[in-house]
Amino acid sequence: MSTTLWIIIAGAVATYLTRIGGHLVISRFENVHPRVEAGLNAVPAAVLTTLVAPELLNAGPAEWAALVVTALVSLRGGLMSMFLAGAAVLILARQFVG
Amino acid sequence: MATDVISESGTRSDFWQGVRLSMPVVVASAPFAVLFGALAVDNGFSVLEAFLMSALIYGGASQMVGIQLFGQHVAPWLIVLSIFAVNFRHVLYSAGIGRRIAHWPVIQQALGYFILTDPQFAVAEARAASGQTVGFAWYLGLGLPVYVFWVIESALGAVFGKLIPDTHALGIDFLLPIYFLGLVMGFRKRPLWLPVVVASACASIVAYKTVGSPWHVSIGAIAGVLLAVILPPHHSGVETRP
Repeated sequence: MSTTLWIIIAGAVATYLTRIGGHLVISRFENVHPRVEAGLNAVPAAVLTTLVAPELLNAGPAEWAALVVTALVSLRGGLMSMFLAGAAVLILARQFVG
Repeated sequence: MATDVISESGTRSDFWQGVRLSMPVVVASAPFAVLFGALAVDNGFSVLEAFLMSALIYGGASQMVGIQLFGQHVAPWLIVLSIFAVNFRHVLYSAGIGRRIAHWPVIQQALGYFILTDPQFAVAEARAASGQTVGFAWYLGLGLPVYVFWVIESALGAVFGKLIPDTHALGIDFLLPIYFLGLVMGFRKRPLWLPVVVASACASIVAYKTVGSPWHVSIGAIAGVLLAVILPPHHSGVETRP
């Protein structure tokens, strides 16, 4: 089997563990410690931030403009509108600055 | 006999009630399924692999993370670890919904957990909070259309993605960071959001410059999570819950 297929299967197993794991493990405890809960709450934002931040180092004017517009639109709109706004700015700006 | 008929038609209407509630989710996730398929092919996946990833993992953000890291030739086990980390929030959903579906047969529960996505949890939890029972037929009606459309649209996106000639001019290579920023912004109402994001951003940039990719993902994420754990609980807003 190819490496890609192994990644997909292992990723699927890992994902299923997160979906059934809370029921199997956490529900056995009466209380989750507040610090543990705070840590769990922080996981998605922490992981996703690391996928954006280093991109700033290589970003040019077009990419910066797109990210700034995405962040601004996010204060009002939902995920779809901010994504479309950011993508539109990116495509437009790249026609001028490449 | 009469009660059988009644309960069967009740089950059927429960299912269709779930299907109706699933429609907004189907519509909202469609562009992301197509986008995932197109970007997967752009990052070196085949159409079949994009299809399988959607069918087996079935978690939008984690699939995007997976193909992004795959495109950067990150070690396979780190890709799997990152998928696990992005999906880790499901542990909380699972613990929450477990109380609502504990009366189902085990096989139905096993399937129920497989389709436990963010909207599935939100809608099912809202139904339970309003005092109604979360039955298997209703839950399946809510989840099945989202799953079927997600998988089909991913495959369509992958086929379509192969036809895009100039991916740079169309910004395809930078759509993922924009998408991830959108997701990060979506969490901004959570306690400690800003300090966590700042800590993760700084740590990941420093790690990217020093240790190098792909370690910036793990190091940056650990920095943000540790900060949330270390800060006193009254800042994290979780100590007031019962």
